[in-house]
Amino acid sequence: MIPPLYSYVITHNALIGCLLRGLATRRSFTKQTLLPVASELAKTASFLRFPGRLKLPNTTMSSRTLPLLFINLGGEMLYILDQRLHAQNIPADKAKKVMNDIISTMFNKKFLDELFKPQELYSKKALRTVFDRLAHASIMRLNQASMDKLYDLMTMAFKYQVLLCPRPKDILLVSFNHMDAIKEFVKDIPCILTQVDETYQQLIQIYTNLSSGEFQLIRQTLLIFFQDMHIRVSIFLKDKVQNSNGRFVLPTSGPVPYGTQVPGLIRMFNCTGKEVSRLQFSNGGNYNAAIREGSFEIFGDRVTKLGTNMYSVSRPVETLMSGTSTNSAQHAKVNMAPNPLAKEELNLLARLMGGLEVQKPGNADNGFRVNLFATDEEEEEAFISRPDELSYGVIKIQATQDQQASAELAKIMGEFSESGDQSPIVSSKGDDLLAMMDGL
Amino acid sequence: MYHKEKSIQIKNSASALYNNLGVLRIAPRSLTYFTVVHANVVNMVSASWDGLNYSHRQLQSKEPNVATSTSLIMQAAFCALPSRDLLVVTSQKGIQIYESDGSTMVYWHALDTPDTPTGDSSGSILVFDVPSKGSNITLSDVLKGHKKSITDIASECSGSQLLSAAEDSLVRVWHLSIKPESLSVEVAHLHNECVTDTQICGAKFCDGDGYAFAVTGYDLSEIIRYSQS
Repeated sequence: MIPPLYSYVITHNALIGCLLRGLATRRSFTKQTLLPVASELAKTASFLRFPGRLKLPNTTMSSRTLPLLFINLGGEMLYILDQRLHAQNIPADKAKKVMNDIISTMFNKKFLDELFKPQELYSKKALRTVFDRLAHASIMRLNQASMDKLYDLMTMAFKYQVLLCPRPKDILLVSFNHMDAIKEFVKDIPCILTQVDETYQQLIQIYTNLSSGEFQLIRQTLLIFFQDMHIRVSIFLKDKVQNSNGRFVLPTSGPVPYGTQVPGLIRMFNCTGKEVSRLQFSNGGNYNAAIREGSFEIFGDRVTKLGTNMYSVSRPVETLMSGTSTNSAQHAKVNMAPNPLAKEELNLLARLMGGLEVQKPGNADNGFRVNLFATDEEEEEAFISRPDELSYGVIKIQATQDQQASAELAKIMGEFSESGDQSPIVSSKGDDLLAMMDGL
Repeated sequence: MYHKEKSIQIKNSASALYNNLGVLRIAPRSLTYFTVVHANVVNMVSASWDGLNYSHRQLQSKEPNVATSTSLIMQAAFCALPSRDLLVVTSQKGIQIYESDGSTMVYWHALDTPDTPTGDSSGSILVFDVPSKGSNITLSDVLKGHKKSITDIASECSGSQLLSAAEDSLVRVWHLSIKPESLSVEVAHLHNECVTDTQICGAKFCDGDGYAFAVTGYDLSEIIRYSQS
């Protein structure tokens, strides 16, 4: 199976191929020709600039990961917002409205239908854009610095939960913990409650019969997503679940995962399968037997505390930005440099967010701003001093009929068409997208 | 029993794969090669035994029709064949074979990828004929042995010692022997090493006697080494 000896170099401007012909002959190619051609292509490629080339879909290993990622991140976001709304003494009725609006938007049927389709994980940028929109689904507003901090906390919390899950399947229990809390937030509002219950059903239907291997693939897909994120969270540092270098503590004590035994036994079998001897060894840890399994039903004791609300009024949310231990070398993903949202992703997002009914922020009396920091000065300081490598590079899409936002979006769409000439395919999709954004 | 040596820093963090550490000793040149996979890249380090020289190189996954592939690498492993050593890199889109120092790609086999988003592996074993030098590697057989993805074939053994490592941060060294009278295998546990707070994703002996081993961990940009005092 010989790879073709020409390569399409796709630039984001043209979306057309630029053909490089290598040794294009009709003869069958010997392996000896592969090497010089490969190096020829490599040489040529290095002379071409790839300013935001089209991102091909990354075939990550599980196509069932996105709903879990979204629900768990959303759950953490709600915990944090709930805590901040209380800490800032926002009037109870307004706080409740914000929480209800966000939850209602999160569990919008059209939106979830799109989310639950088997698909690759979105890029960090795309997912961050979705959560930006979600956070602004109500009368609450967040500045960029606060939104950055919110997203840092959400992602580090779920990363922690994924890493500490004893079994891959426990990620589902963590998801149910988040779902249980969300249900508690909206227990007095029947229409939203129904949406939440339907989502439980979908989760149970899709995930409870997945094998351990499939859950392990989901876990690995999530770990790819979270790789190299080491933001230190003060609540984690205080509880000693995170080290000062940003890595999480992996305990070698406590109960073993459900369905496994405490290590320490070697059993030898003969060729008929009969056990002939046993040996004990010390396992280097301090383990005890597994506790009972959590429930995978709509109602039930999940047993694990991962995914429950770790914030309270007395345990505020803070992250540490200064002296962030990761150096830029660790963030340098070779040839995976951030690029503007590829056209595909933007369309995916548009379809997704087309399902998000967004409230107009309303008049000044009703709307208010929430700060994730203790003071406005801190927030401003955090915005200025945020290290470049931690920037999410998000396109801020505002839910208003904002001239500036439309212009910004038009500019982005303009980047996807050949400069100076509108290729017909691109412009119609761009128009649809703009219309959808404006109509929201 | 084992004490920690100086770690080798690598350019990216290790990905949470299985067997994510390759080690090849080149005795005539007093060098050891290490490979650690990060997403679509293999980080290679050539370390001199005196600890003074480290040189780095990165290899990327390849796929047809794209100059720079983002397809994820599943494994990079050294194959010590009777006549030569090779580095085999498998990714979601194909198999690449390099000379053991990573300097030259000697073979590239692009896999047919299905159109479904899941990209299920077909569970076939591909058998290659490798000449003692040069790039005339040919696919000689396809064995349809399994229904789903094969996750590993060879196991890691150093003489009579076995190394196991897990995501729970523990490395264990075992001793295997065969009782001649019954031909049964005896397993004895020799040692535990806790690599604090590390979700280990690769572990290999660095020599033929089990005197030294190295590990990699998810999210860590170093190769951690241990040797016996």
